[in-house]
Amino acid sequence: MKCEDVSKELIPYLDRRANSADRHEVEEHLAACLACHARAEELRKLWVVLDEVPIVEPSLGFDARMRARIAEEPQPRWFRWFVPQPRLALSMALLLAVSVWVARLPQDNSGLAGTAQSEHEQFQVIKNLDVLENYDVLSKFDALDEVPADEQPAPQPDQQNDQQQQQE
Amino acid sequence: MLDVKAGDDESFNLLLQKYRTPLVNFLYRMVRDTATAEDLAQEVFLRVYRARKQYSPSAKFTTWLFRIATNLALNSVRDNRHHQMDVSLDAAPADEDTAPLQLPAREMRIDEHMVERDRADFIRGVISALPEKQRVAVLLHKYEEMDYGEIARILDCSESALKSLLFRAYETLRVQLAPLVSPPARRAGKEAHHEM
Repeated sequence: MKCEDVSKELIPYLDRRANSADRHEVEEHLAACLACHARAEELRKLWVVLDEVPIVEPSLGFDARMRARIAEEPQPRWFRWFVPQPRLALSMALLLAVSVWVARLPQDNSGLAGTAQSEHEQFQVIKNLDVLENYDVLSKFDALDEVPADEQPAPQPDQQNDQQQQQE
Repeated sequence: MLDVKAGDDESFNLLLQKYRTPLVNFLYRMVRDTATAEDLAQEVFLRVYRARKQYSPSAKFTTWLFRIATNLALNSVRDNRHHQMDVSLDAAPADEDTAPLQLPAREMRIDEHMVERDRADFIRGVISALPEKQRVAVLLHKYEEMDYGEIARILDCSESALKSLLFRAYETLRVQLAPLVSPPARRAGKEAHHEM
């Protein structure tokens, strides 16, 4: 260990807080280096000299003044019990508001479109079930098949009368 | 401190009893004025009381307490220094130009100090002349007997840096307090011995 290295470990060595390995290295160096040994001895004496500084006692009124200052501090309000942490209360309120907002949003049916459509068709079938089950009605439907799809439907008798009146 | 956090005022009184003397002493050695030290100690306790709900047991209570005290003391020292600078600037200039500049020898100045003040006051003066960080480190290490880790947390530095800081501080004190560490009579004896 060099003198520069000892300088960092000398104080922990003198106050007996250095670990055993460091202590051993410092002791080896001090045994070999007279300058560091002399310095260590002076630091030991300095330690004793620094103890000469007397302890100052706080004044007699210290505690009383401290209690008076504490008593002046604003006391917590009773309703604080319900809201122990204002930040927590705010975050809970925000979470509730967001939940309500999300719940009231119109549902996105993009994924369920096919299902909803088939449900609608099923509903129409059920709605017209009595008609579809009526054999007489279904048998007359065959006549409609003969009508070409692109022909104009025949005008109603009322519409024919209206047209004649307009021409007159 | 956890009882204080839970709202037990009696526990706060116990903290006050336990730490008021070391705290006042630390602050007195920092600011070198009893009234200011007591005012600062009250401010420290008041801040602890106000922040009791935010206290985290992960941090040692003394680390927290002395960190607040260190910050307040350093602010006070800086404010006082600025105030003294204002006063000296406003004061009437002395006969600096006319009077010959006399720089007494270092030994002489130290001896004069020792005559004027008692030893304890002289030691306090030398400690308070240390740079701020070194002074805090010495006070916490020598007088509060804190471990290196705790002092490093208060000063916001590594333990390795703290050891170097302490060595520099004690070296300065060893030199400045040489008349007390190695009294002149003994040194004179040594010198005579060397001459022989």
